Amino acid sequence: MSEMDKDFTIQSYLEFLQSKKLMGSKCKNCGILYVPVRKLCTKCNISNMEWVEMSGKGELAAFTSITVGTPYFIEKGYDRKRPYCFSIIKLKEGAMVSAQLVGVEESKPETINIGIPVKVKFLETEIKGETKIDLGFEPT
Amino acid sequence: MGKLAKGVALVGAGMSKFGNHFPVKRNPDLWIDAWLNAVESVDNGIEPKDIDACYVGNYSSDLFNHQGHLGPQMANLVGLTPKPAPRFEGACASSGIALRQAIIAIVSGIHDVIAVSGVECMTELPTAGVTDVLATASDSLFEYPAGATFPGLYATLASAHFHKYGTTAEDLMRVGIKNHENGAENPYAQMQQSIKDMMISKRKRYEEQGREIPDWSDEFDFLKSSANPIIAYPLRLFDCSLITDGAACLFLTSEEKAKDFTDTPIWITGTGQGSAALSLHDRDSLTSFIATKESARQAYQMSGLKPKDIEICEVHDCFTIAEIVALEDLGFYEKGKAVEAIKNGETKRDGALPINTSGGLKSKGHPVGASGAGMAVEIFKQMRGIAERNRQVKFDVEKAMTHNLGGSGGTCVVTIYQK
Repeated sequence: MSEMDKDFTIQSYLEFLQSKKLMGSKCKNCGILYVPVRKLCTKCNISNMEWVEMSGKGELAAFTSITVGTPYFIEKGYDRKRPYCFSIIKLKEGAMVSAQLVGVEESKPETINIGIPVKVKFLETEIKGETKIDLGFEPT
Repeated sequence: MGKLAKGVALVGAGMSKFGNHFPVKRNPDLWIDAWLNAVESVDNGIEPKDIDACYVGNYSSDLFNHQGHLGPQMANLVGLTPKPAPRFEGACASSGIALRQAIIAIVSGIHDVIAVSGVECMTELPTAGVTDVLATASDSLFEYPAGATFPGLYATLASAHFHKYGTTAEDLMRVGIKNHENGAENPYAQMQQSIKDMMISKRKRYEEQGREIPDWSDEFDFLKSSANPIIAYPLRLFDCSLITDGAACLFLTSEEKAKDFTDTPIWITGTGQGSAALSLHDRDSLTSFIATKESARQAYQMSGLKPKDIEICEVHDCFTIAEIVALEDLGFYEKGKAVEAIKNGETKRDGALPINTSGGLKSKGHPVGASGAGMAVEIFKQMRGIAERNRQVKFDVEKAMTHNLGGSGGTCVVTIYQK
């Protein structure tokens, strides 16, 4: 089975992500794009999807710099002295995704501007000897 | 959608003191406090035999207290066994949903008198644990791995609002300052102190400890200092609501039954509920809540009222930015114009449209599953002219609203009250 025949499930999306591919599902009927993946097109109310790989280019739609983080990010080494940015990215293809924003001055969030062009950066975290890939973006 | 097919009355409302109560008080204790307080508010008295069902709103006793199945437990504590006792969950809008479902049940004719309960005990967990439980009301699959916290999601929305409308950190601070001024007048509030008084007492404490006394010139100066640390830029500590234990209780009846309990019922004339995609990235707008707009549209249509008719409103200020967005989405002000009205004092107790006279979630406290019912308690008091201390508005309130938002805006319930 080719990887493009994967079922349109969250697990398939995460497996693509793990192999450093940002994939969406496109409705073959109306052309609308879903990222992260969805099996059912809620515009057409039918399931007739195909996988499409994103270019990884987009722009910063909204963001925050977080000093009091989640347990997962604390485990990654972030804290009050080393904040991280959560962001919403509007992809060139139109859909929006949530991602960590890197390559910026997190401690000086006033220097980060909404609308700046960004590109995908797959972020590797070592957890119990295994490498996990999370979705990230950085300014181009 | 027409008017409610049958009149629904609010004949009693009460609450426990909101605060940091665990382990002195847990869910059962808080609920009994609220129940007794509400029973006292019913003019002709109310007894369990008068009540048909107990509708419980609670977000996450499962994760906060390792206790599910709260409905029958709460009903039993106040003598309502074996009557129906369902529990409703919609994050921070849980008891708003319980209220709405009680309205629907009374209109349907299935029940005539319902006790609505909102209850939450959060401080059994340390702050990091509370933050993690609250995060389950956002999208665990795609927002959480990207680092989203609850303050973080509202901060992200704030960044978009700042960018689009030129809103500033000072605009947010005005919301907190106003709500604390109101909460200082509410004996049931968690933080009964204005931000100015907090600044003064902090200065005094520094003086007593022989530390260098900060030269804060006013509240804004204080709020911009390290005394008010950033949690998620641009939101600081005082932009966030509190972690709270508390409960609230409402008695709703059919039109026919209302006269048994009081000569002056508050009529519920509009109810609306809306939803939105759980993840912010799946929504069309990052500066507006579609669930608020939808629930308000339904409630306005049902009551026949328009935004300009509403005289006071309790809005869901889980974060200061949320109050600003709510004032716009509820139709009180055009998009981007609420901050100007706030600056002009319109939303203060003596302003044209008093907002969150209770102190809001910011100062009164935010026991998430109890917050929606808690809002109705304030409206009940304001409409009856019995709000404590100095926070009663100076006119006869005839038309009021509550706005109860769940999570990062995935659920919303709006309720309209009339005399």
